[in-house]
Amino acid sequence: MTPTMPTASLPSGSFRPRAPARQLVPRHSVLVRLTHWINVFCFSLLLMTGAQIFNAHPRLYWGQYGADNDHAWLSVDSLQSGGHWRGTVRLGALTLESTGLLGASAENGAVVPRGFPAWLTVPSYQDLAAGRRWHFFFAWLFAINGAVYLVGALVTRHLRRDLLPTRAELAPSHVAQEIVDHARLRFPTGEAARRYNVLQKLTYLVVAVVLLPLMVLTGLTMSPGLDALSPVLLDLFGGRPPARSLHFICASLLVAFVVVHLVMVLVSGVWNNLRSMITGQYAIDADGDAK
Amino acid sequence: MNPNVPFKPGRTTPFQARRRWLTGLVAGAGSIALAGCDKAVNNARIDATLRSAEKLTYASQRALLAHQPLAREFGERDLSPVFRANGSMMPAGPEYAGLLQGRFADYRLQVDGLVQRPQSLSLAALRAMTVRTQITRHDCVEGWSAIGKWQGVPLSLVLDLAGLKPGARYVVFHCFDNLGETKDDSGLYYESIDLLDAYHPQTILAYGMNGKDLPVQHGAPLRLRVERQLGYKQAKYVRRIEVVDSFSRLNGGKGGFWPDRGYEWYAGI
Repeated sequence: MTPTMPTASLPSGSFRPRAPARQLVPRHSVLVRLTHWINVFCFSLLLMTGAQIFNAHPRLYWGQYGADNDHAWLSVDSLQSGGHWRGTVRLGALTLESTGLLGASAENGAVVPRGFPAWLTVPSYQDLAAGRRWHFFFAWLFAINGAVYLVGALVTRHLRRDLLPTRAELAPSHVAQEIVDHARLRFPTGEAARRYNVLQKLTYLVVAVVLLPLMVLTGLTMSPGLDALSPVLLDLFGGRPPARSLHFICASLLVAFVVVHLVMVLVSGVWNNLRSMITGQYAIDADGDAK
Repeated sequence: MNPNVPFKPGRTTPFQARRRWLTGLVAGAGSIALAGCDKAVNNARIDATLRSAEKLTYASQRALLAHQPLAREFGERDLSPVFRANGSMMPAGPEYAGLLQGRFADYRLQVDGLVQRPQSLSLAALRAMTVRTQITRHDCVEGWSAIGKWQGVPLSLVLDLAGLKPGARYVVFHCFDNLGETKDDSGLYYESIDLLDAYHPQTILAYGMNGKDLPVQHGAPLRLRVERQLGYKQAKYVRRIEVVDSFSRLNGGKGGFWPDRGYEWYAGI
């Protein structure tokens, strides 16, 4: 199975066996692969149904209450002028024109008032009840999947072995070198490619143990029943409106992560990366040559 | 692609053609994916599967909330400067108009269904019962929240006055307002809760708000406050309380105006 380099260029008379140039090494466990793809599916639907839910009240607040007459730190507004709808986004004191994307966009050929555009929401038309039904179904699946991953990752020592950076890796000079290498799109080869580099470790750790759990916790804080059960949730996030704001912010950070993640997957060997997340096998250069 | 721009094959380079083809492919795939999602949303079998999550939410919250923890209560300084009114603002029809004109002196709350002693209670009779005042947060299904001060009689006292019959499982609130704006009764607002929520200490029939009589836009003369639920469960303009063993024979059979229109009966979040 292991591909080998052509040997025709070897000097004649040399019988020293050449080490295989590329070898497949186990990269991702079944647990990581399975929970990763379930997460991809859940996150996509949660994002789009979440956008649908956001559209029912496209304003975000800090504080214990927040409604139309209260100050919103972020608000997507739909304004009608001369029979046409236009959209604006207000972030603090900054107001941006956003017609076509936010506040007003095309639905069935006509520009209508809506927060996120039709191509970003599930369902595409406005239906809060359906959006909620989908959101909470996949929220359960997402939370169970996340719990399976975290427990499994602790038991199999995946978190400690693969994701927790070593002290040496956290040295500022090392981190700085990794950032420079990433910016130049120079990725580790050979033995070094067997492990995650420190930027990968830190990013995956923040996503897996901070952002994704925060999505669940801020989501649960929007439940009046669970707030009664554990008021500590309200103290932790500063109230229900801030929990909704943080839910939105964490989702936005996750979208930013996904964009960078996809770019990195593309530029660092898309087939190799995809194969490793599907079959678990990752090809590395045994002799350290660039692929 | 802009359909108003004529396609000129003679001036298209292979690169442009490929780009056009790719753009079309991406746009096509996107619209197929979206249409697929919309189709899935309207698929009865998928819908039934998704609705099963509500059962899971209800079962887990019932297990977690069985000991009746209280919703957080706030202070006077936490009150929303403006408490947004939502849904019906003024029930239509001569009956409510007449009651409003008489300042609800002729209003009677009917309590019937699976009860030992059906009741017909005036506002004065309700005000004479034990008063509970609470400053709580109101959470709308749309995502906004407001804090208000509510004054009323615990629902448990009214239910005890009537005495539940064996088999009683849900308390239904029938309202004056026709939010569906239908000519028949099918659009009349109603809601229902289970007995755990009905007997929660903070579940009250409120006749006062922010130190005054309950305003018309907030449900005068009487509205439900069930503090561990979303706004649409907090029925306004309550005229009749009916105790039932099942709400399947009522209107759409889902236990409330909004549940009949696709929203969860037990929302949970």
